[in-house]
Amino acid sequence: MTDILPFLKSMITTSGISGFETSVAKLIEDKWRPLVDEISMSRVGSLHGLKRGTLGGSKNGVATNKRPAAMIATHMDAIGMMVSKVSDGFLHITNVGGIDVRVLPGSFVTVYASSGEELPGVIAMPSAKLLPEEVNGGDVLEINYLLVDTGLMPREVERKVKVGDLVSFANEPMELADEVISGHTLDNRASVAALTVCLEELQGKSHIWDVWAVATVQEETSYLGAYTSAFKLHPEIAIAVDGTFAKGPGANGWQTHPMGKGVGICMGPNMHPYLHKQLTDLATKLELPWFLDVTSAHSGTDAYPMQVTTEGIPTALVEFPIRYMHTPVEAVSVKDIRRAGRLLAEFIASLETDFVEKIIWE
Amino acid sequence: MPNFGNVQLKLLERLCNVIAVSGDEGEVRKIVLEEVKPYADEVRVDALGNVLATRRGRGAKRMRVMLDAHMDEVGFMLVADDGEGIYRFETVGGIDARHLLGKQVYVGKDRTSAVIGGKPIHLMDNGERMRKVPVDGLRIDLGPAGKAKVGDRAGFATQFRRVGPSILSKSIDDRIGVATLIDLVKHSPGNVDLCAAFTVQEEIGLRGAKVAAQYFNPDLAIAIDSTPANDLPVHEGGENITYNTKLGLGPAIYIADGSTLHDPRLVRFLQSVAETESIPYQLRQPGGGGTDSGAIQRALAGIPTVSVSVPHRYTHSPISIARVDDWKNTLALLHAALKRITPELIAKR
Repeated sequence: MTDILPFLKSMITTSGISGFETSVAKLIEDKWRPLVDEISMSRVGSLHGLKRGTLGGSKNGVATNKRPAAMIATHMDAIGMMVSKVSDGFLHITNVGGIDVRVLPGSFVTVYASSGEELPGVIAMPSAKLLPEEVNGGDVLEINYLLVDTGLMPREVERKVKVGDLVSFANEPMELADEVISGHTLDNRASVAALTVCLEELQGKSHIWDVWAVATVQEETSYLGAYTSAFKLHPEIAIAVDGTFAKGPGANGWQTHPMGKGVGICMGPNMHPYLHKQLTDLATKLELPWFLDVTSAHSGTDAYPMQVTTEGIPTALVEFPIRYMHTPVEAVSVKDIRRAGRLLAEFIASLETDFVEKIIWE
Repeated sequence: MPNFGNVQLKLLERLCNVIAVSGDEGEVRKIVLEEVKPYADEVRVDALGNVLATRRGRGAKRMRVMLDAHMDEVGFMLVADDGEGIYRFETVGGIDARHLLGKQVYVGKDRTSAVIGGKPIHLMDNGERMRKVPVDGLRIDLGPAGKAKVGDRAGFATQFRRVGPSILSKSIDDRIGVATLIDLVKHSPGNVDLCAAFTVQEEIGLRGAKVAAQYFNPDLAIAIDSTPANDLPVHEGGENITYNTKLGLGPAIYIADGSTLHDPRLVRFLQSVAETESIPYQLRQPGGGGTDSGAIQRALAGIPTVSVSVPHRYTHSPISIARVDDWKNTLALLHAALKRITPELIAKR
């Protein structure tokens, strides 16, 4: 087992804003290639890694060419920003995905310029005097009042940057105490890291089911990747891996869970109760620290689209707590990432020939 | 003027990357002492922590010229331990709290990594999402097993960068003044006794400059600082008439600010030196704000004082931007001005 942290750090310093995941997809592909039997890219850019199971060509006692398959979806896209206007040497921006505008003023960013260059920049908050009277210049400003300053002269900016160019948070990852990694885009590259841990663990295990390791695109905007990959791969079961809220400053409600103390296994209408029970029983049996997370309607993850694709897919959701979600200082415990990876691997290895038949309601 | 280039920029980078929150200026003091000792005739660290360096000139009728730059920067102090690596903090100096959420900081002497966090947006209603988070709603988080001490200082974890014509860094205010003053000490002309005051606690009330002026008792003084350039465009057009200064127009000479009417003889003098030497300069728009000149001018029996600043955008935030050429021209103006200082300059009102 390799240390997953260097790979996670390289992932969160590689661009991959929703709809523009190519760079990070390449990085993940290189990492997964030796861990899977086949790897390919979907029509919309999701990464499909297949690790074949050992079950012979039969299913339900009937000869078949298709082994049962579990799909594990981790979205690789990131929230970010896009240039909406270039004027006076400054860039106006709009959001791609759910940006928390409160964190923007003073943030260090990279502008992926049409010229091919990566331009460093800072998000500027104009003073109240420069804003329309109806705007409360002393409070949080909407994104359309903020500007990106690249430090370049106006003429150079106009030559290099075009409307539609992407802007990403660019602060370097920071290691905090107790194996906590902090940075932007840990939602959801930390899940990709967990899935990578799962694939590494599976190298030494025998599993009879096929497993599709999938890095999906555009979760933050439309769930495009999860919908389309679940359709294409048509798995028997699907598991999404994503972040949930960690307890921390300002976050102590029922939705929050301690960071570094275990993985979340989510229940609710978005998840099949049988899969949920299997996962929780397994975690308990393995003495792997876990907590119950509940979501009463939409989980807000790839579990949602996968559940309703094709004729419906039994779906589960494995989570780890993230502090300061959707800020450039998201924080995740590497211990929880390893635990999530291990739980996924043990679950895959536990799947038996007749598992599909057991997925029933009452 | 001596050559301007990598030597000065490397020094500025070193100065900007260390953290020296008001009252805890040790990291900058260390660099200043190391840099000025070989050139100064006398160096002392006073009771407040100011570095006071004197370099004497040669010949008769030398003026005692005090040059001042403050070593401190705005930042944070940890004020309470909430447990599990989470600390409450207060800001030190004027910081707009809207610049704090989601930023990285270094805490204490060992520069322990930490982040400033608050409630995630998903757990808020729409009204809360657009409301400013006050400082007491924010925490410095070192990670669950993280250890710091109440009283530790913290500063932004920004790394200095050169980008095209610009510098992107924290604490350009006033490390650019400190770097300027170090350069002036190294190349001080013979016609003056240069009294270099690297001061403390400017950001919390010009405290170091006051005692530095009282110690030096100079004939005249120049405060070297960095002033905001509020030169962004007006949203949806119109003219920005309250820009304070603009990037790229050269050193900003102060006429009047919130605390000081600068000595008109010195203001005119700096303008005429700039014009004679063809050095671009700008007049900072009269208005609020201030520099160490406010404390120096009224020290002792009164000291003729002027203030020169390198403009920068995004003051007291994690990343400010200044133009290399503005700094170069500020250095050129001050080198040229020092050489021309004579007793006649302030002989008459």
